[in-house]
Amino acid sequence: MEALTAHLSELGHGLVTTVELTVVTTVGAMLLGIVVATLRIAPVPLLRAIGTAYVEVFQNLPLLALLVLFVFALPTIGITFPLFTSAAIVIAVYEGAYLAEAIRAGINTVGVGQAEAARAIGLTFGQSLRHVILPQGLRAVIQPIGNICIALLMNTSLAAAVGVVELTQAANTVNLVEAQPIAVFTGAGLAYMLLALIIGQVTGLLERRLAIVR
Amino acid sequence: MAPETTGANRPMVSVRGLNKWFGPLHVLKDIDLTVAAGEVVVVVGPSGSGKSTLCRCLNRLETAGEGSIEIDGEPLPSEGRALARLRADVGMVFQSFNLFGHKTVLDNITLGPTRVRRIPRPEARQQAMALLERVGIADKADHHPAQLSGGQQQRAAIARALAMQPKVLLFDEPTSALDPEMVNEVLDVMVSLAAEGMTMIVVTHEMGFARRAADRVVFMDDGRIVESGAPDDFFAAPRTERARDFLSKILQH
Repeated sequence: MEALTAHLSELGHGLVTTVELTVVTTVGAMLLGIVVATLRIAPVPLLRAIGTAYVEVFQNLPLLALLVLFVFALPTIGITFPLFTSAAIVIAVYEGAYLAEAIRAGINTVGVGQAEAARAIGLTFGQSLRHVILPQGLRAVIQPIGNICIALLMNTSLAAAVGVVELTQAANTVNLVEAQPIAVFTGAGLAYMLLALIIGQVTGLLERRLAIVR
Repeated sequence: MAPETTGANRPMVSVRGLNKWFGPLHVLKDIDLTVAAGEVVVVVGPSGSGKSTLCRCLNRLETAGEGSIEIDGEPLPSEGRALARLRADVGMVFQSFNLFGHKTVLDNITLGPTRVRRIPRPEARQQAMALLERVGIADKADHHPAQLSGGQQQRAAIARALAMQPKVLLFDEPTSALDPEMVNEVLDVMVSLAAEGMTMIVVTHEMGFARRAADRVVFMDDGRIVESGAPDDFFAAPRTERARDFLSKILQH
Protein backbone atom coordinates (compact mmCIF):
# COMPACT_ATOMS: atom_id res chain seq x y z
CA MET A 1 0.00 0.00 0.00
CA GLU A 2 2.84 2.31 0.84
CA ALA A 3 4.29 1.64 -2.58
CA LEU A 4 1.21 3.38 -3.96
CA THR A 5 0.82 6.22 -1.47
CA ALA A 6 4.46 7.19 -1.76
CA HIS A 7 4.05 7.79 -5.50
CA LEU A 8 0.58 9.30 -5.69
CA SER A 9 1.78 12.24 -7.74
CA GLU A 10 3.41 10.12 -10.52
CA LEU A 11 0.49 7.72 -10.60
CA GLY A 12 -1.93 10.63 -10.53
CA HIS A 13 -0.23 12.21 -13.52
CA GLY A 14 -0.37 8.88 -15.31
CA LEU A 15 -4.08 8.57 -14.57
CA VAL A 16 -4.77 12.09 -15.84
CA THR A 17 -2.85 11.33 -19.05
CA THR A 18 -4.86 8.12 -19.51
CA VAL A 19 -8.12 10.02 -19.07
CA GLU A 20 -7.00 12.77 -21.45
CA LEU A 21 -5.86 10.26 -24.04
CA THR A 22 -9.16 8.35 -23.70
CA VAL A 23 -11.33 11.45 -24.05
CA VAL A 24 -9.44 12.96 -26.99
CA THR A 25 -9.25 9.61 -28.76
CA THR A 26 -12.91 8.79 -28.18
CA VAL A 27 -13.99 12.08 -29.72
CA GLY A 28 -11.67 11.58 -32.70
CA ALA A 29 -12.66 7.95 -33.15
CA MET A 30 -16.39 8.83 -33.03
CA LEU A 31 -15.98 11.49 -35.71
CA LEU A 32 -13.92 9.13 -37.87
CA GLY A 33 -16.39 6.32 -37.22
CA ILE A 34 -19.33 8.43 -38.38
CA VAL A 35 -17.46 9.59 -41.48
CA VAL A 36 -16.31 6.08 -42.41
CA ALA A 37 -19.75 4.55 -41.72
CA THR A 38 -21.23 7.24 -43.96
CA LEU A 39 -18.71 6.43 -46.68
CA ARG A 40 -19.69 2.77 -46.45
CA ILE A 41 -23.34 3.57 -47.21
CA ALA A 42 -22.68 6.39 -49.69
CA PRO A 43 -24.43 6.21 -53.07
CA VAL A 44 -21.07 6.60 -54.86
CA PRO A 45 -19.21 3.26 -55.33
CA LEU A 46 -15.76 4.85 -54.99
CA LEU A 47 -16.65 6.32 -51.59
CA ARG A 48 -17.98 2.95 -50.43
CA ALA A 49 -14.72 1.34 -51.54
CA ILE A 50 -12.69 3.87 -49.56
CA GLY A 51 -14.79 3.22 -46.46
CA THR A 52 -14.41 -0.54 -46.82
CA ALA A 53 -10.66 -0.27 -47.39
CA TYR A 54 -10.30 1.86 -44.25
CA VAL A 55 -12.12 -0.65 -42.09
CA GLU A 56 -10.31 -3.66 -43.55
CA VAL A 57 -6.88 -2.08 -43.08
CA PHE A 58 -7.28 -0.79 -39.55
CA GLN A 59 -9.32 -3.66 -38.14
CA ASN A 60 -6.81 -6.18 -39.44
CA LEU A 61 -3.61 -4.72 -38.05
CA PRO A 62 -2.52 -4.92 -34.40
CA LEU A 63 -2.72 -1.59 -32.62
CA LEU A 64 0.78 -2.02 -31.17
CA ALA A 65 2.24 -2.51 -34.65
CA LEU A 66 0.45 0.63 -35.87
CA LEU A 67 1.74 2.64 -32.91
CA VAL A 68 5.31 1.51 -33.42
CA LEU A 69 5.09 2.14 -37.15
CA PHE A 70 3.70 5.63 -36.66
CA VAL A 71 6.10 6.69 -33.92
CA PHE A 72 9.31 5.14 -35.26
CA ALA A 73 8.80 4.91 -39.01
CA LEU A 74 7.27 8.29 -39.83
CA PRO A 75 10.23 10.28 -38.45
CA THR A 76 12.48 8.51 -40.99
CA ILE A 77 10.55 10.30 -43.73
CA GLY A 78 10.61 13.55 -41.81
CA ILE A 79 7.20 13.50 -40.11
CA THR A 80 7.21 13.85 -36.33
CA PHE A 81 4.47 14.54 -33.84
CA PRO A 82 4.66 14.84 -30.07
CA LEU A 83 4.28 11.39 -28.48
CA PHE A 84 0.87 12.07 -26.96
CA THR A 85 -0.44 13.38 -30.28
CA SER A 86 0.95 10.38 -32.14
CA ALA A 87 -0.67 7.94 -29.74
CA ALA A 88 -3.99 9.82 -29.89
CA ILE A 89 -4.00 9.84 -33.71
CA VAL A 90 -3.15 6.15 -34.04
CA ILE A 91 -5.63 4.95 -31.42
CA ALA A 92 -8.38 7.17 -32.85
CA VAL A 93 -7.76 5.89 -36.37
CA TYR A 94 -7.71 2.30 -35.14
CA GLU A 95 -10.79 2.48 -32.93
CA GLY A 96 -12.53 4.54 -35.61
CA ALA A 97 -12.64 1.42 -37.77
CA TYR A 98 -14.45 -0.52 -35.03
CA LEU A 99 -16.81 2.35 -34.29
CA ALA A 100 -17.55 2.70 -38.01
CA GLU A 101 -18.73 -0.90 -38.11
CA ALA A 102 -20.86 -0.48 -34.99
CA ILE A 103 -22.38 2.71 -36.38
CA ARG A 104 -23.02 1.08 -39.74
CA ALA A 105 -24.86 -1.72 -37.93
CA GLY A 106 -26.92 0.99 -36.24
CA ILE A 107 -27.69 2.67 -39.55
CA ASN A 108 -28.84 -0.68 -40.91
CA THR A 109 -31.44 -0.94 -38.15
CA VAL A 110 -33.14 2.20 -39.46
CA GLY A 111 -35.85 1.19 -41.91
CA VAL A 112 -35.58 2.02 -45.59
CA GLY A 113 -38.85 3.91 -45.26
CA GLN A 114 -37.21 6.49 -43.00
CA ALA A 115 -34.64 7.38 -45.66
CA GLU A 116 -37.34 7.43 -48.33
CA ALA A 117 -39.54 9.74 -46.28
CA ALA A 118 -36.56 12.02 -45.64
CA ARG A 119 -35.76 12.19 -49.35
CA ALA A 120 -39.42 12.65 -50.20
CA ILE A 121 -39.62 15.90 -48.24
CA GLY A 122 -36.59 17.22 -50.10
CA LEU A 123 -33.76 16.59 -47.66
CA THR A 124 -30.39 16.02 -49.33
CA PHE A 125 -28.38 12.86 -48.61
CA GLY A 126 -26.35 14.71 -45.97
CA GLN A 127 -29.43 16.22 -44.32
CA SER A 128 -31.24 12.86 -44.25
CA LEU A 129 -28.23 11.33 -42.59
CA ARG A 130 -27.84 14.08 -40.04
CA HIS A 131 -31.47 14.63 -39.08
CA VAL A 132 -33.10 11.27 -39.67
CA ILE A 133 -30.75 8.31 -40.12
CA LEU A 134 -27.85 8.91 -37.71
CA PRO A 135 -29.95 10.08 -34.73
CA GLN A 136 -31.88 6.81 -34.91
CA GLY A 137 -28.98 4.59 -35.97
CA LEU A 138 -26.69 5.81 -33.19
CA ARG A 139 -29.36 5.31 -30.55
CA ALA A 140 -29.63 1.68 -31.57
CA VAL A 141 -25.93 1.00 -30.93
CA ILE A 142 -25.15 3.06 -27.81
CA GLN A 143 -24.28 -0.13 -25.91
CA PRO A 144 -21.76 -1.53 -28.44
CA ILE A 145 -20.27 1.95 -28.80
CA GLY A 146 -19.81 2.02 -25.01
CA ASN A 147 -18.07 -1.36 -25.19
CA ILE A 148 -15.71 -0.08 -27.86
CA CYS A 149 -14.97 2.96 -25.70
CA ILE A 150 -14.02 0.67 -22.81
CA ALA A 151 -11.76 -1.32 -25.14
CA LEU A 152 -10.31 1.99 -26.27
CA LEU A 153 -9.57 2.94 -22.67
CA MET A 154 -7.71 -0.35 -22.18
CA ASN A 155 -5.86 0.11 -25.46
CA THR A 156 -4.49 3.48 -24.35
CA SER A 157 -2.11 1.43 -22.17
CA LEU A 158 -0.32 0.42 -25.37
CA ALA A 159 0.80 4.04 -25.68
CA ALA A 160 3.25 3.10 -22.91
CA ALA A 161 5.15 1.08 -25.49
CA VAL A 162 5.99 4.20 -27.46
CA GLY A 163 6.92 6.28 -24.44
CA VAL A 164 3.72 8.05 -23.39
CA VAL A 165 3.68 8.18 -19.62
CA GLU A 166 0.10 7.19 -18.99
CA LEU A 167 -1.17 5.10 -16.10
CA THR A 168 0.42 1.78 -17.10
CA GLN A 169 3.77 3.39 -17.83
CA ALA A 170 3.62 5.33 -14.56
CA ALA A 171 2.86 2.12 -12.68
CA ASN A 172 5.73 0.41 -14.42
CA THR A 173 8.13 3.19 -13.41
CA VAL A 174 6.93 3.12 -9.80
CA ASN A 175 7.35 -0.67 -9.75
CA LEU A 176 10.94 -0.35 -10.93
CA VAL A 177 11.62 1.73 -7.83
CA GLU A 178 9.46 -0.14 -5.30
CA ALA A 179 9.59 -3.69 -6.70
CA GLN A 180 6.06 -4.28 -5.44
CA PRO A 181 4.27 -5.42 -8.61
CA ILE A 182 1.18 -6.81 -6.87
CA ALA A 183 0.37 -3.61 -5.01
CA VAL A 184 1.29 -1.27 -7.86
CA PHE A 185 -0.50 -3.03 -10.68
CA THR A 186 -3.52 -3.93 -8.58
CA GLY A 187 -3.83 -0.24 -7.81
CA ALA A 188 -3.50 0.70 -11.48
CA GLY A 189 -5.94 -2.05 -12.42
CA LEU A 190 -8.53 -0.74 -9.96
CA ALA A 191 -8.17 2.72 -11.47
CA TYR A 192 -8.81 1.30 -14.97
CA MET A 193 -11.78 -0.60 -13.62
CA LEU A 194 -13.22 2.56 -12.08
CA LEU A 195 -12.87 4.43 -15.39
CA ALA A 196 -14.51 1.56 -17.26
CA LEU A 197 -17.37 1.53 -14.78
CA ILE A 198 -17.88 5.24 -15.35
CA ILE A 199 -18.02 4.70 -19.12
CA GLY A 200 -20.51 1.89 -18.56
CA GLN A 201 -22.69 4.09 -16.36
CA VAL A 202 -22.66 6.93 -18.89
CA THR A 203 -23.57 4.46 -21.65
CA GLY A 204 -26.48 3.13 -19.65
CA LEU A 205 -27.68 6.63 -18.84
CA LEU A 206 -27.51 7.71 -22.48
CA GLU A 207 -29.33 4.59 -23.56
CA ARG A 208 -32.20 5.25 -21.16
CA ARG A 209 -32.34 8.98 -21.85
CA LEU A 210 -32.29 8.70 -25.62
CA ALA A 211 -34.48 5.64 -26.01
CA ILE A 212 -36.92 6.00 -28.89
CA VAL A 213 -40.49 5.48 -27.83
CA ARG A 214 -41.67 2.36 -29.60
CA MET B 1 -52.62 5.11 -75.50
CA ALA B 2 -52.87 8.72 -76.62
CA PRO B 3 -51.86 11.41 -74.15
CA GLU B 4 -54.86 12.96 -72.49
CA THR B 5 -55.33 16.56 -71.56
CA THR B 6 -58.05 17.78 -69.31
CA GLY B 7 -59.66 21.09 -70.11
CA ALA B 8 -57.63 24.24 -70.08
CA ASN B 9 -55.62 23.23 -66.99
CA ARG B 10 -51.88 23.06 -67.43
CA PRO B 11 -50.36 19.62 -66.97
CA MET B 12 -48.84 19.19 -63.50
CA VAL B 13 -47.47 15.70 -64.02
CA SER B 14 -46.57 14.47 -67.45
CA VAL B 15 -45.25 10.97 -68.09
CA ARG B 16 -44.17 9.89 -71.56
CA GLY B 17 -43.11 6.43 -72.68
CA LEU B 18 -42.10 5.34 -69.18
CA ASN B 19 -40.53 1.90 -68.98
CA LYS B 20 -39.01 0.31 -65.93
CA TRP B 21 -37.31 -2.97 -65.28
CA PHE B 22 -36.37 -4.73 -62.04
CA GLY B 23 -33.64 -6.96 -63.39
CA PRO B 24 -35.30 -9.09 -66.07
CA LEU B 25 -38.76 -8.10 -64.82
CA HIS B 26 -40.47 -5.51 -67.02
CA VAL B 27 -42.66 -3.75 -64.42
CA LEU B 28 -43.76 -0.60 -66.26
CA LYS B 29 -44.53 -0.74 -69.97
CA ASP B 30 -44.91 2.35 -72.14
CA ILE B 31 -46.73 4.41 -69.53
CA ASP B 32 -48.20 7.70 -70.77
CA LEU B 33 -50.03 9.73 -68.17
CA THR B 34 -50.85 13.40 -67.87
CA VAL B 35 -52.34 14.80 -64.69
CA ALA B 36 -53.65 18.34 -64.83
CA ALA B 37 -53.24 20.84 -62.03
CA GLY B 38 -56.02 20.27 -59.53
CA GLU B 39 -56.89 16.87 -60.91
CA VAL B 40 -57.33 13.83 -58.67
CA VAL B 41 -56.27 10.60 -60.34
CA VAL B 42 -56.82 7.27 -58.62
CA VAL B 43 -54.67 4.40 -59.82
CA VAL B 44 -56.12 0.95 -59.26
CA GLY B 45 -55.15 -2.53 -60.34
CA PRO B 46 -54.18 -5.96 -59.05
CA SER B 47 -51.10 -6.25 -56.88
CA GLY B 48 -47.95 -6.49 -58.95
CA SER B 49 -49.51 -4.42 -61.71
CA GLY B 50 -46.88 -1.68 -61.24
CA LYS B 51 -49.05 1.04 -59.74
CA SER B 52 -46.86 1.61 -56.68
CA THR B 53 -43.74 1.58 -58.82
CA LEU B 54 -45.29 4.19 -61.12
CA CYS B 55 -46.09 6.33 -58.08
CA ARG B 56 -42.53 5.99 -56.76
CA CYS B 57 -41.06 6.86 -60.15
CA LEU B 58 -42.80 10.24 -60.04
CA ASN B 59 -40.48 11.57 -57.33
CA ARG B 60 -37.66 9.29 -58.36
CA LEU B 61 -37.63 7.02 -55.35
CA GLU B 62 -37.41 4.55 -58.23
CA THR B 63 -35.47 5.55 -61.30
CA ALA B 64 -37.20 5.19 -64.62
CA GLY B 65 -35.53 2.91 -67.17
CA GLU B 66 -36.79 4.76 -70.23
CA GLY B 67 -39.06 7.68 -70.94
CA SER B 68 -39.57 11.13 -69.52
CA ILE B 69 -41.31 12.51 -66.45
CA GLU B 70 -42.08 16.19 -66.04
CA ILE B 71 -43.43 17.86 -62.94
CA ASP B 72 -45.02 21.25 -63.63
CA GLY B 73 -43.16 21.45 -66.91
CA GLU B 74 -39.76 20.61 -65.41
CA PRO B 75 -38.05 17.35 -66.31
CA LEU B 76 -37.18 15.23 -63.27
CA PRO B 77 -33.52 15.90 -62.37
CA SER B 78 -31.39 12.78 -62.10
CA GLU B 79 -29.66 13.32 -58.74
CA GLY B 80 -28.31 15.75 -56.21
CA ARG B 81 -29.66 19.07 -55.03
CA ALA B 82 -31.89 19.68 -58.02
CA LEU B 83 -33.66 16.40 -57.33
CA ALA B 84 -33.99 17.25 -53.63
CA ARG B 85 -35.57 20.58 -54.59
CA LEU B 86 -38.03 18.89 -56.88
CA ARG B 87 -38.96 16.32 -54.23
CA ALA B 88 -39.76 19.19 -51.89
CA ASP B 89 -42.52 20.13 -54.35
CA VAL B 90 -43.85 16.60 -54.69
CA GLY B 91 -45.38 15.37 -51.45
CA MET B 92 -45.56 11.68 -50.76
CA VAL B 93 -47.64 9.66 -48.32
CA PHE B 94 -46.49 6.09 -47.76
CA GLN B 95 -48.35 2.91 -46.95
CA SER B 96 -46.32 2.47 -43.75
CA PHE B 97 -46.46 6.18 -42.75
CA ASN B 98 -42.68 6.42 -42.28
CA LEU B 99 -42.87 9.12 -39.64
CA PHE B 100 -39.47 9.83 -38.11
CA GLY B 101 -39.49 7.70 -34.97
CA HIS B 102 -37.14 9.81 -32.87
CA LYS B 103 -39.02 13.07 -33.39
CA THR B 104 -42.30 14.32 -32.02
CA VAL B 105 -45.19 14.71 -34.42
CA LEU B 106 -44.62 18.47 -34.51
CA ASP B 107 -40.89 18.06 -35.24
CA ASN B 108 -41.71 15.57 -37.97
CA ILE B 109 -43.74 18.25 -39.68
CA THR B 110 -41.34 21.18 -39.18
CA LEU B 111 -38.20 19.31 -40.32
CA GLY B 112 -38.78 19.87 -44.03
CA PRO B 113 -39.95 23.49 -43.81
CA THR B 114 -37.05 24.51 -41.53
CA ARG B 115 -34.27 22.55 -43.27
CA VAL B 116 -35.38 22.61 -46.89
CA ARG B 117 -37.48 25.77 -47.14
CA ARG B 118 -35.46 27.66 -44.50
CA ILE B 119 -38.59 28.90 -42.79
CA PRO B 120 -37.86 30.25 -39.27
CA ARG B 121 -38.74 27.75 -36.56
CA PRO B 122 -41.56 29.72 -34.85
CA GLU B 123 -43.31 30.26 -38.15
CA ALA B 124 -42.85 26.62 -39.14
CA ARG B 125 -44.30 25.52 -35.78
CA GLN B 126 -47.29 27.76 -36.27
CA GLN B 127 -47.96 26.34 -39.73
CA ALA B 128 -47.46 22.81 -38.43
CA MET B 129 -49.97 23.36 -35.65
CA ALA B 130 -52.48 24.71 -38.17
CA LEU B 131 -51.99 21.59 -40.30
CA LEU B 132 -52.36 19.28 -37.30
CA GLU B 133 -55.55 21.14 -36.42
CA ARG B 134 -56.76 20.54 -39.91
CA VAL B 135 -56.11 16.79 -39.87
CA GLY B 136 -57.62 16.64 -36.38
CA ILE B 137 -54.66 15.64 -34.22
CA ALA B 138 -53.44 18.96 -32.79
CA ASP B 139 -53.52 17.37 -29.32
CA LYS B 140 -50.88 14.85 -30.43
CA ALA B 141 -48.29 17.46 -31.47
CA ASP B 142 -45.85 16.57 -28.70
CA HIS B 143 -46.31 12.81 -28.91
CA HIS B 144 -43.94 10.46 -30.64
CA PRO B 145 -45.24 8.53 -33.65
CA ALA B 146 -45.30 5.21 -31.78
CA GLN B 147 -47.79 6.69 -29.30
CA LEU B 148 -50.33 7.32 -32.08
CA SER B 149 -52.78 4.96 -33.71
CA GLY B 150 -52.21 4.04 -37.34
CA GLY B 151 -54.86 6.43 -38.56
CA GLN B 152 -53.40 9.27 -36.52
CA GLN B 153 -49.92 8.47 -37.80
CA GLN B 154 -51.09 8.57 -41.38
CA ARG B 155 -52.84 11.89 -40.80
CA ALA B 156 -49.63 13.23 -39.29
CA ALA B 157 -47.78 11.99 -42.36
CA ILE B 158 -50.24 13.82 -44.59
CA ALA B 159 -49.67 16.98 -42.53
CA ARG B 160 -45.92 16.49 -42.96
CA ALA B 161 -46.33 16.29 -46.73
CA LEU B 162 -48.64 19.31 -46.79
CA ALA B 163 -46.19 21.39 -44.75
CA MET B 164 -43.94 21.57 -47.82
CA GLN B 165 -46.82 23.16 -49.74
CA PRO B 166 -46.37 20.65 -52.54
CA LYS B 167 -47.58 21.13 -56.10
CA VAL B 168 -48.74 17.55 -56.20
CA LEU B 169 -49.33 14.86 -53.60
CA LEU B 170 -48.60 11.20 -54.23
CA PHE B 171 -50.35 8.59 -52.10
CA ASP B 172 -48.91 5.08 -52.21
CA GLU B 173 -51.65 2.85 -50.76
CA PRO B 174 -52.20 5.20 -47.83
CA THR B 175 -54.83 3.07 -46.10
CA SER B 176 -53.57 -0.44 -46.80
CA ALA B 177 -51.72 -0.75 -43.49
CA LEU B 178 -54.62 0.54 -41.41
CA ASP B 179 -57.15 -1.28 -39.31
CA PRO B 180 -60.54 -1.00 -41.02
CA GLU B 181 -61.99 1.37 -38.42
CA MET B 182 -59.21 3.88 -39.11
CA VAL B 183 -59.47 3.97 -42.87
CA ASN B 184 -62.20 6.57 -42.99
CA GLU B 185 -60.48 9.18 -40.84
CA VAL B 186 -57.63 9.17 -43.37
CA LEU B 187 -59.89 9.09 -46.41
CA ASP B 188 -61.89 12.02 -45.05
CA VAL B 189 -58.74 14.13 -44.94
CA MET B 190 -57.90 13.08 -48.50
CA VAL B 191 -61.38 13.87 -49.75
CA SER B 192 -61.21 17.35 -48.26
CA LEU B 193 -57.81 17.90 -49.88
CA ALA B 194 -59.23 16.82 -53.22
CA ALA B 195 -62.16 19.19 -52.78
CA GLU B 196 -59.75 22.06 -52.16
CA GLY B 197 -58.10 21.56 -55.49
CA MET B 198 -54.92 19.70 -54.53
CA THR B 199 -53.40 17.77 -57.42
CA MET B 200 -53.35 14.17 -56.25
CA ILE B 201 -52.25 10.81 -57.57
CA VAL B 202 -53.60 8.09 -55.34
CA VAL B 203 -52.71 4.42 -55.54
CA THR B 204 -55.38 2.66 -53.55
CA HIS B 205 -57.79 -0.22 -53.22
CA GLU B 206 -60.43 2.07 -51.74
CA MET B 207 -63.00 2.15 -54.50
CA GLY B 208 -65.25 4.28 -52.30
CA PHE B 209 -62.63 7.02 -52.32
CA ALA B 210 -62.29 6.73 -56.09
CA ARG B 211 -66.03 7.23 -56.49
CA ARG B 212 -66.18 10.12 -54.04
CA ALA B 213 -63.12 12.12 -54.93
CA ALA B 214 -61.49 11.03 -58.17
CA ASP B 215 -61.72 12.98 -61.41
CA ARG B 216 -60.30 10.01 -63.20
CA VAL B 217 -59.58 6.37 -62.52
CA VAL B 218 -56.58 4.74 -64.14
CA PHE B 219 -56.60 0.96 -64.23
CA MET B 220 -53.26 -0.79 -64.49
CA ASP B 221 -52.50 -4.42 -65.16
CA ASP B 222 -49.23 -6.16 -65.88
CA GLY B 223 -47.27 -2.90 -66.04
CA ARG B 224 -49.57 -1.15 -68.48
CA ILE B 225 -52.31 1.44 -68.21
CA VAL B 226 -55.16 -0.63 -69.55
CA GLU B 227 -58.02 1.74 -69.05
CA SER B 228 -58.61 5.30 -67.94
CA GLY B 229 -61.83 7.19 -67.45
CA ALA B 230 -64.26 8.97 -65.16
CA PRO B 231 -64.98 6.90 -62.02
CA ASP B 232 -68.69 6.52 -62.74
CA ASP B 233 -68.01 5.17 -66.24
CA PHE B 234 -65.19 2.95 -65.06
CA PHE B 235 -67.14 1.32 -62.24
CA ALA B 236 -70.43 1.09 -64.12
CA ALA B 237 -69.11 -0.05 -67.46
CA PRO B 238 -65.46 -1.02 -67.62
CA ARG B 239 -64.43 -1.29 -71.25
CA THR B 240 -61.82 -4.02 -70.95
CA GLU B 241 -62.16 -7.62 -69.91
CA ARG B 242 -59.29 -7.30 -67.44
CA ALA B 243 -60.89 -4.34 -65.68
CA ARG B 244 -64.22 -6.19 -65.48
CA ASP B 245 -62.42 -9.20 -64.04
CA PHE B 246 -60.59 -7.04 -61.48
CA LEU B 247 -63.74 -5.21 -60.40
CA SER B 248 -65.71 -8.40 -60.07
CA LYS B 249 -63.07 -9.73 -57.69
CA ILE B 250 -62.89 -6.72 -55.41
CA LEU B 251 -66.49 -5.57 -55.43
CA GLN B 252 -68.01 -8.97 -54.67
CA HIS B 253 -68.14 -8.53 -50.92
